[in-house]
Amino acid sequence: MSESLPPSLATAGGVPPDPDRPAPLERGAGGAGHVAAPGRRGLPGGGLGRNLGLVIALVALGVVGVVTAGDRFASLDNVMTILRLAAIYGVLAVGMTFVITGGGIDLSVGSVLGLASVWASTLATQAMTESFHWIVMVFTALAVGVVCGVINGALIAYGKVVAFIATLAMLVAARGIAEIIANRRTQIVEVDSFLDTFRAELLGVSVSIWLFAAVAVAGWFLLNRTTFGRRTVAVGGNPEAARLAGIRVRRHTLYLYALSGLTAGIAGVMMLARTTSGSSTNGSLYELDAIAMVVVGGTLLAGGRGTIVGTVLGVLIFTTLTNIFIQNNLSTSAQSVAKGLIIVVAVLLQQRLATRTPRART
Amino acid sequence: MSARTTARTAARTAARPARRRPVVVAGTALVAVGLLAACTSNTPVAEEETGTGQQAPAQPAVANDEPGDTVVIGFSAPAADHGWMGAITTGAIAEADKYEDVELRVAEGTNDVNVQISQIEQFINDGVDAIVLLPFDGAALTEVATEAMEAGITVVNVDREFSSPFAARTTILGDNYGMGVSAGTYVCEQLGDQPDAVVAEIAGIDSLPLTQDRSQGFADALGDCGLEVANRVAADFTVQGGQAAAANLLQAAPQIDALWNHDDDQGVGVLAAIEEAGRDEFIMVGGAGSQQVMEQIQAGDSVLQATVVYPSTQAADGIRLARLLVQEKALGDLVEVEVPREIQLFAPVVTADNVDKYLPSAFES
Repeated sequence: MSESLPPSLATAGGVPPDPDRPAPLERGAGGAGHVAAPGRRGLPGGGLGRNLGLVIALVALGVVGVVTAGDRFASLDNVMTILRLAAIYGVLAVGMTFVITGGGIDLSVGSVLGLASVWASTLATQAMTESFHWIVMVFTALAVGVVCGVINGALIAYGKVVAFIATLAMLVAARGIAEIIANRRTQIVEVDSFLDTFRAELLGVSVSIWLFAAVAVAGWFLLNRTTFGRRTVAVGGNPEAARLAGIRVRRHTLYLYALSGLTAGIAGVMMLARTTSGSSTNGSLYELDAIAMVVVGGTLLAGGRGTIVGTVLGVLIFTTLTNIFIQNNLSTSAQSVAKGLIIVVAVLLQQRLATRTPRART
Repeated sequence: MSARTTARTAARTAARPARRRPVVVAGTALVAVGLLAACTSNTPVAEEETGTGQQAPAQPAVANDEPGDTVVIGFSAPAADHGWMGAITTGAIAEADKYEDVELRVAEGTNDVNVQISQIEQFINDGVDAIVLLPFDGAALTEVATEAMEAGITVVNVDREFSSPFAARTTILGDNYGMGVSAGTYVCEQLGDQPDAVVAEIAGIDSLPLTQDRSQGFADALGDCGLEVANRVAADFTVQGGQAAAANLLQAAPQIDALWNHDDDQGVGVLAAIEEAGRDEFIMVGGAGSQQVMEQIQAGDSVLQATVVYPSTQAADGIRLARLLVQEKALGDLVEVEVPREIQLFAPVVTADNVDKYLPSAFES
């Protein structure tokens, strides 16, 4: 953890240029960036330098895949298989990137995904969908996600409950509600309009992959090109400084968890389409996968620095790894060990790269 | 590293980002891992040669075992988080090893349907000849299994059924209701002449359909001889769950004549609780058929008198069926020239009299 200290210390030291005049952030876009990471310009935006290690890792994995599995790995079909697997994790991870960048953590995303998939596939929802439009199912799933996120956010921002605990409670409770609703049975989706829409292909690419791409691009834009994104970085870097700078920290925190809930809802819709069924076991332990992918991607777990490009690369590294393991028929337990190693190695590499840049300058 | 050097290094790192420490930590960790690795072996030395207890008796040489065209089979099953499921995968691998014309690709055991779907997609991309699939959730894997069938791949469904008949060529599965019937019938044979006998039941995860089927079969069979379940608790297929459930049950029922425990994995905990309570006035029947339980039945010195088999060999049989299907062979002893659409396995009662027959194919819990 010693590596994570310098940036946040630097942030703390470099934050309030003039406490008497809390500059509204809408005016000074550059100011917010400055608040978050002085001396680190270009890095939070996902510049090549920060992500280079990840790209190298992904390319290395690709080489390993081609060497060990040859054409079976390097085929277009296999790339699509990897992306379809990555899509659901990826959408969750984009939402998680915002929460973690904002200095929080959301352990509930997997359960909320499960709850959204169950709620959107009950007989009642399906009957209503059948007589109206597939949008009913989608809306149900998204609404469930957002409501869960708002509850998380309210507990954390206004109830002063630690994020870890509040979202842990939601993890348990949402899974329980899903089990109650589904009675632990698998609810099969019979609505053809929904399945036809979300299981279709557009220009040879599955709709789920398009959704992942859309969420990632929207996330990148939101984090890097809007006031919302800069506020997120500021809140995560130093909430007190952010408050002094005129940001409504509590309200912003609420938004962040609502956003994470929304992505969990979207992921729930994708899961429904992929498995053609809603089940209370859907998304089990996905929160840990999402957190691992975000952290491997280079987002600082302590908050104040986030990168969507890195997250997407992290997602791809993990899913490509899963793919290579299956291609090579490797023993099941070794795979978990390898994933653990990847997390550690990736974070160590990240830290080395991150610390090299400022050292070269000073 | 002495304390003073550490302090000095720490002082320096405050000014400069620490870069050495991860390396040191990693080095230490590696050494520790190396030391620990020497202690992780769980196999008693004498047993190392004999392996998993999965080895079947010597195969008779039949025409079907003659090597044919090479068959590439993809295999996928849920995570091996309990003994029975572990035996499913090791059994399938061991069976494939026996045939030189079978090339088995084993996907990581997973309880995540998203990943399992991806595994099947990969098998389809690879153009395997057959897929043997024990889905974590039958309904969730139905669509991708149907895609595999449409791509001309023979799908053999093991244990948990798909929701569509188009998703598999052949299904091989155990008989949960039959387990309950077998257990109930055995209890009836033992206690049939005592109309007021107290029968207790320790179920698995109560909300699973398979648990409901087992309990229904048990109740139906008991009803035939005028008995009924007096005390019923549910555990969760784990040792600690079985221990807790049994401890409560024994507390609630001071006098029991027969006890059926659905699952031998959780049975380890159930037996621990029985021993703790010092009870031995009843007979106990197990479920699933683990090797340890069968050995106890063989020894005959505990309350455990019988168990009901839920075969852990069904994935191994799935491999054989897949091979036969791809090589267009018939199922040995049947007159029919095609492999059947569905094979449901029998749930026999194992007692001290016939344990020798079932012990070789039992799983280790």
